[in-house]
Order: sequence, then structure tokens, then C-alpha cells
Amino acid sequence: MSALADAVSSTSTGEAVQFWILAVVAVAGALGTVLIRKAVHSALCLAGTMIVLAVFYLANGAYFLGIVQIVVYTGAIMMLFLFVVMLVGVTAADSLKETIKGQRVLAGLCVLGFGILLAAGIANASLHRFNGLGQANSGGNVQGLAALIFTKYVFAFELTGALLITAAVGAMVLTHRERTERAATQRERSEARVRTGTQVPPLPAPGVYARHNAVDVPGLLPDGTASELTVSPTLRDRGQIRDVSGEALAELAALEQRAQERLESGRGEESAHGQGAAK
Amino acid sequence: MNPVNYLYLAALLFTIGAAGVLVRRNAIVVFMCIELMLNACNLAFVTFSRMHGTLDGQIIAFFTMVVAAAEVVVGLAIIVSIFRSRHSASVDDASLLKL
Amino acid sequence: MENLIGLLVLVPLLGAGVLLCGGRRLDRSGPWVGTGLAAVSFVLGVWLFADMLGRKGDNRALDVTVFSWVPVGGFRADVGFHLDQLSMTFVLLITGVGSLIHLYSVGYMAHDERPRRFFGYLNLFLAAMLLLVLADNYLLLYAGWEGVGLASYLLIGFWQHKPSAATAAKKAFLVNRVGDMGLSIAIMVMFTTFGTFSFAPVLAHADQAGEGKLTAIGLLLLLGACGKSAQVPLQSWLGDAMEGPTPVSALIHAATMVTAGVYLITRSSAIFNGAPDAQTAVVTVGAVTLLFGAIVGCAKDDIKKALAGSTMSQIGYMILAAGLGPVGYVFAIMHLVTHGFFKAGLFLGAGSVMHGMNDEVDMRRYGGLRSYMPVTFWTFGLGYLAIIGFPGLSGFFSKDKIIEAAFAKGGTEGWILGAAALLGAAITAYYMTRVMLLTFFGEKRWQPTVSDSGSAAEDGNLPHPHESPKTMTIPMILLAVGSVFAGGLFSINSAFLKWLEPVTGHAEGHSPVGAGQVTAATMVVLVIGAAVAWQQYGRSPVPVTAPRGTLLTRAARRDLLQDDFNHVVLVRGGEHLTRSLVYVDHKLVDGVVNGTAASVGGLSGRMRRLQNGFARSYAVSMFGGAAVLIAATLLMRAV
Repeated sequence: MSALADAVSSTSTGEAVQFWILAVVAVAGALGTVLIRKAVHSALCLAGTMIVLAVFYLANGAYFLGIVQIVVYTGAIMMLFLFVVMLVGVTAADSLKETIKGQRVLAGLCVLGFGILLAAGIANASLHRFNGLGQANSGGNVQGLAALIFTKYVFAFELTGALLITAAVGAMVLTHRERTERAATQRERSEARVRTGTQVPPLPAPGVYARHNAVDVPGLLPDGTASELTVSPTLRDRGQIRDVSGEALAELAALEQRAQERLESGRGEESAHGQGAAK
Repeated sequence: MNPVNYLYLAALLFTIGAAGVLVRRNAIVVFMCIELMLNACNLAFVTFSRMHGTLDGQIIAFFTMVVAAAEVVVGLAIIVSIFRSRHSASVDDASLLKL
Repeated sequence: MENLIGLLVLVPLLGAGVLLCGGRRLDRSGPWVGTGLAAVSFVLGVWLFADMLGRKGDNRALDVTVFSWVPVGGFRADVGFHLDQLSMTFVLLITGVGSLIHLYSVGYMAHDERPRRFFGYLNLFLAAMLLLVLADNYLLLYAGWEGVGLASYLLIGFWQHKPSAATAAKKAFLVNRVGDMGLSIAIMVMFTTFGTFSFAPVLAHADQAGEGKLTAIGLLLLLGACGKSAQVPLQSWLGDAMEGPTPVSALIHAATMVTAGVYLITRSSAIFNGAPDAQTAVVTVGAVTLLFGAIVGCAKDDIKKALAGSTMSQIGYMILAAGLGPVGYVFAIMHLVTHGFFKAGLFLGAGSVMHGMNDEVDMRRYGGLRSYMPVTFWTFGLGYLAIIGFPGLSGFFSKDKIIEAAFAKGGTEGWILGAAALLGAAITAYYMTRVMLLTFFGEKRWQPTVSDSGSAAEDGNLPHPHESPKTMTIPMILLAVGSVFAGGLFSINSAFLKWLEPVTGHAEGHSPVGAGQVTAATMVVLVIGAAVAWQQYGRSPVPVTAPRGTLLTRAARRDLLQDDFNHVVLVRGGEHLTRSLVYVDHKLVDGVVNGTAASVGGLSGRMRRLQNGFARSYAVSMFGGAAVLIAATLLMRAV
């Protein structure tokens, strides 16, 4: 009796080992997604979790879903995320400081309660029989899924197709900016600049008087202060200017210091030498 | 090992994702947390499929993926257009929905 | 013959419609059209009268149902007419006196700007009054009752550009509403008691209803009668109603409409006969009013207001007689008819005097007019003799009978009522002699009238009294003839008594005092009253400005403080009541309402903070809700 129950309600040792190792990885990835400040790192953590999940799908006999998980989720959706993260600002780290009063306490309470309730529900449910997918997958997993999709779920399938098309069109509509007038030519723009008298010549390039040549490092003026004009407005808006003027000034000061020391010591030796010579 | 552990894992992942949705302010990260929750559900579905010995759970997980893909496309488009006009991806900045 | 009854009402109603809607092209002919139609209805009345005389006493009454007015389920009200001896008397009085006054108005209103409208209103009044007395049920009577109220309102306020006239019209209307409410409730109680409005079944079954019901109906009817007939406590409007044109005062506020209360009580005799308490109330009201009106009449210097006081007093006599029951009904109606003649005559005389005196109404500025206006003097004088009850003239026969009937009431009550009636007769003699002396005798006390521009030229505006035109004097002469002979004619062989007896019934009273003694006493008080007036106003010159007078005189000049009473008790009381209600409303009702609103508002203000606009806060709410749902589901499964 108990042997029979074991047989149907447990899995192989190999799978157990795999589960415990990968579950830790998945939870770590999930926590990383939530806790890491930088969006890029979050995305990478999430990708890791998803790959682990793909392995679990495979282990559970969902071969098709496992592959789709890797191809569609990890491959396409996560890449889309990364694109947007890059577009919006890759280095802009989130502040994790809470601004809404009581939000974190409430969220914690809710999440804790929710988790406990879910666990209690799972524990209460009589889920100890494991039928396995042997019979269902006997004709091949993909064939089985296809048979279901195109018979029992065909209507939902068609609806999903319509949804995808709509989503694609919707995304285009949302991000598309329609031009209502002709774009100004370069000549017109330069004429306008001359007419208004603001910044007639081209803007100064970043990093001209600096040792750095990166776009986010502002060029230094002759007195060593940074000129914001030299950085692209987008970076300025995001606050992603890497101001190295202080560094340069400090290096200059250090250089002078060293030169001074060198001169000091040179003079000392000279005077010592002179005394010696006088004797 | 008892396969119910897969369900506990799914519940845990779902809860972590929910916490992220509630706590994080970066809209993109919030979105990622939602994806995490969806994936946790998918894991539960696949586990149920195996428990019951039918493929219907996998079908549902499949549809979830498709819908999630559509949702991500539209959601990210919205985030991008909001970012264009407000120069911010924080969900707290879009707080005009009040008296 | 029956169809003529409807025509009787229809003819003046048609006149009113034509005159009021006819437009300007009727301006010239309007007065004669109105007068002609009034005369037509009089002729119809006479025809019906002749027809009625041709039949025997008991089947003289005519009934005709014209159409069903309000047929709703078991409720049924018809437009139907009932012409018996009582209605006939009224029809002849209304159309006869009405026609004469129409004729008089042709002359009197000749210089008015809107005579067409005036005659339209007069015809409307005739129609409504005829409807009132011809109706065969109380509901239709009520319609006529309100109709005459409307006509009275319109005519009192005919010169609506004068604020005093507009106010007087409003006052008359409002005071009448109080009485009308009593009548309408009486009719409702009647319907719940008897299930019908018609006179015949109601009056036939009156004795089957309980005495309490009958007393209630009687008192409510009395309230209605008080309003329409200007009896205490609803008397205050009549004096002010004299703001209307004088023909209106003569027709509506002396001869006909104000007697509607007497008609109502006489018509409902069966109800009052079954309710002794209501009868006591009626005689009390009558006795109080006859003294009240007489005292007010003594103090007024305005000739029309003095006559208005007199009217009130005389109607008090009628109400008193009607309250005495079968002993008095006939004499109440008889006095009503004779009063209709001589009071209309007196008012027309007063109008004639005013016409000659540049519309001056203050008697202290008259004097010595008898040689300037001989016709007016003689007709007015005959009316004067008739009203004070000079032997052989109309008033003598009717008033004497009423005093006799009052004594016949018996017991202490009888003595009190008789004494009041006798005292009233003395005061009547006093104030009427006073009016007579001030107006037609003594020296001229004419004053220049203030012209419209406000400059009183010393000599230019002195009135030039003259006799009025024929259209005015002819009605006055005819009415004087009526004042002289009507009473005697009625009393020959008790003709009037026999005429009305089938309708009202009659019972001989057993007076503790002999008829001869009453007559003698009446003569004595009459002479005393007239002599006192002669002593005061005939022998010594009359000051043009009124002397301050005794406390009673001053009170009487102010209508015995009726308006002050109304003001203090009703207006102030009402104000205090409303103020306290407003206070309760503000503090209690508004407190509850505002408190509820404020608490809801405060709660909402607190709940509103939940709506902070942050999507994440909303997400927490959603998530919490989901958690609660799961908890509930699990709990349900566990249970």
C-alpha cells in the first residue's frame, strides 16, 4: 500500500537532486530581480530564473513548453526588456528608498499573508497522487499539444492570434509619432539659429580638454570646470553626466605638490652641497 | 521527492514577484516582476498537468505565454511613450489619478 | 319651464363672457349689453315666478338635472337646479336689484376708463350668485359660492391702481378663504355622512345622523356663512371692501352676496334644527355682530363705511333670526329682502352724493345737501326711515318680527337676545339719524378737494353738488318704492309667511312679552336713538375735523380693533409659530441632516486619502483583496 503510494507520489532521486539545486537558483534569481537596484541586473537575474523554469518544464514532461520558454521568453521577451532598459537608461539605478508612507509595511503584510495562505492551500489539497504524463505523451508531446490546440482549444487559439495582432498594432500606434509638418532642413535650422543669436557655431564636443573621451564626460573649460553644453541633452536629463573635473583638478594639484616636493628636495640637496663646498 | 514541492516553489516565486510589484518603482522592473508571477503560474500549470496526466495544463501555460508576450509588447510601448513625455520610468511619477 | 332655470344662469354668464372677451369694439355698447342681459334674466325670473304662482303650495318646486358633472365610480355630482319658493325669492331679489344697479352703473361709471370690464364682472357676479341660490346640491352651491367670491374680489379691486383697493380686495379674498374652508369641510363631512351632496336626500335624512355630526356640520357651515356674510369673527373685510365702486358696494356688499350666509343657514335648516348647540352658536354670532356693526357704524365718518357697519349689523339680525330655528327663518328671509331694497337704495344714494361731491366720502365735509340733490335726499330719506323701522315702512315689519322672535326664544337666553336686538335697534336709529343729519342738514362744510397735482386752489375745487343723471335716479326711486312698500306688502295677510312656509317650515313662538309691547318698546328706543343723534349733530354745528372722542369712539373708528386683534393674535401668533418652527427646523431637523452630511463628508475625506494616485498603493489594495478572497475560499472549504 505504502509502496504503491510511494511509487505514484514521488519522483526519482535524480530529479529530486536537480530540483533542490535548481530551486535554490530560481529563488535566488527571483530575489535578485526584486532586490537589485540596476534594471539590467534585474533583467539578467530574471533570465536566469526563466532558464531554470525551462528545465523544470522539461523535467515535468512539458518538452515543447520548455523549449518555447527558452526561445520565446528568455530569447525574445527578455531581449525586448533589455532593449527598453537600454533605451530608458541603463545606468540609472533605482533608489530603493520607499516614498509612499506605509507602503512597504502593508506590502510586506499582504505578501506574507498571501504566501502563507497559498502554502496552506497547497498543503491542504490532496495532491499526493502523481499520474505522470506517460500515457498523454505517448504519441509525442508536441503532437499531443497540437491535437488539443486545434480541436478543443481552437477557438481560444484563434482569439489569441487576434490578440497578438492587435498587440502588435497597438504597440506601433503607441510608439509611433506622426509628423504633422515638414522637417526643417539643415539650412533652415542654421538660419533660425543665427536669427535668434543663440549658439551659432556647433556645440562643443565632450572630452576635448579632458583625458576622457567618453560621451558622458563633459568637456572642461580652461579653468578646469565642466561645461554641461558638451554633453547630450538626453544624458543631462537623465543625470548621467560623469563629472571628472574634480578629478582633473585633484590630479593637477597632486602634480604641483609632487613638483614642489621635488623642487624642495632639490633645493635641500643643493644647499647641503653648497655648505659642503664652502667647507 | 514529492512533486508538490514544485507547487511550493511556484507559490514562493509568485509571492516574490508580487512583493516586487508592490515595492519597486521602476516600471520596467515592475513589469519583470509581473513576468515572474506569470512564470510561477506556468510552473504550477505544468505541474498540475503532470499530476493529472493530461496535457490541458500545458495548453493553458502555452496560452499564458502568448498573452504575456502580447502584454509585454503593449506594456513596454506604453512605458516608452510615457518616458518620452515625462522623462521618467517611475510608476510613482504617474500619480495624477487622484483628486 | 324647467329649461328656463338653466337659462337664468346662462344669460348673465354669456354676458360676462361676451363683455370680458369682446374686446374694444364693445367699449361703448358694453354697459347697455350688460344691463340688457341682467334685465333679460329678471324677466325670466318674473316669468318663472308667475308660473310658480300658478301652482299649488306644495308642488311649486321645480327640479331639473342638466348634466352629470363629476361621475366617478360611486361618487356622483350633478349640475342640477332646484327652484322653490326660497330660491325664487332670491332670484327675484338678485335679478331685480341687480338690474337696477346695472342701470345705475351706466350713469355712475360713465366716466370710467373700463366700463366694459366692470359690467362683465357684474354679469359674472349675477351668474355666480344665481348658481349659488339655484343649485340643487351643496357642491354646485360651493361653485357658485366661490364664483361670487371671485367676482367680489375682482370688483373690490376694480380700481386696482389704488393700493388701498388692491389691498382691500386681497383682504376680502383671504378672509373669505377661511370661511370657504369651513364650508368645504362641511360639504366633505356631509358626503361621508350621507353619501351625497344633494339637498333633498341630505336634508331628508338629517335627523338620522347623530347630533354630534350635525353639530359639526352646522358649525362648519356657520364658519362659511360668517366669512361670506361678514359676521364676527370674520367681519374685518367688509369695511375695507367699500374701496370698490359704490354700485358694487350696493349690490354685492349690501344687498345680495353678503346675505348668502343667511341663505346657506336657511337652506340647511334641517341640519340646524337637529343641532341645538350649532343654533346657539348661530344666534350668538348674530347678536354679537348686530351690536358690533352698529357700534362701528356710529363712529365712522366715511359714509360708505358707516353704511357697511350698518350692513353688518342688519345681517347680524338675519343670522340671529335664522339661528332661532323655524320661529325665525321666514323673518330672516323677509328682513333680507327688505334690507336688500333699502340698503341698496341707501348705498346708491351715498354714491349719488359722492358723485356730486367730487368723490368726497367724509360726511363731516357734507352738510346742507338736501336742496341741491332733492331726489337723492328723498330716496335716501325713505331708505333711512325704512332701515330704522319707522312704522309702516319695510324695516318696521321685518325687524319688529325678529325682535319678537328673539324674545320668544324663551328663558334667560330669550331676554338677552331680545335686549340685544332692541339695543341694536336703538343704535341703528342713532347712527342712521347721524348719517342723515351730517349729509343733508346743517350748514355747508364743503372743503376744496385736493386735485391730482396736489394744489388745493381756494375756490376752484370746491364741489358743485348737482343731481345725478336719470340712469342713476330712476333705480334710486324704484328702490325707495320697494323700501316703503315691500314690508307692508309681505305682511298683508301674512303673505310672505305663507309663501315660504312650505320650504322652511314655521312655528309660532310663545313670547313672554306681547307683540304690542315689543312694538311699543321698539318705538321708544327708536325715538331715543334718533333724539340723541339730533342732540349731538342737529342742534349744534358739526366740526369738520373729528373730535378725539371717548375711548369707545376711538376704538369704534378703528373697527373695534378688529384689525389689531387679527394682527396680534393671527399675524404675530403666526409669526411666533413659524419662528419657533424655523428654530426647530434649523436646530433639530437641519442638525440631523447636516450632521449626517458632515459625518459622511468627514468619512469620505478620510477615505479619499486612500486615493493617493500611486498605482502601487492600489496594487496593495488589490493584493490584499486577493488574499482575503483566498482566505475566504479556504475557510469555506474548511467548513
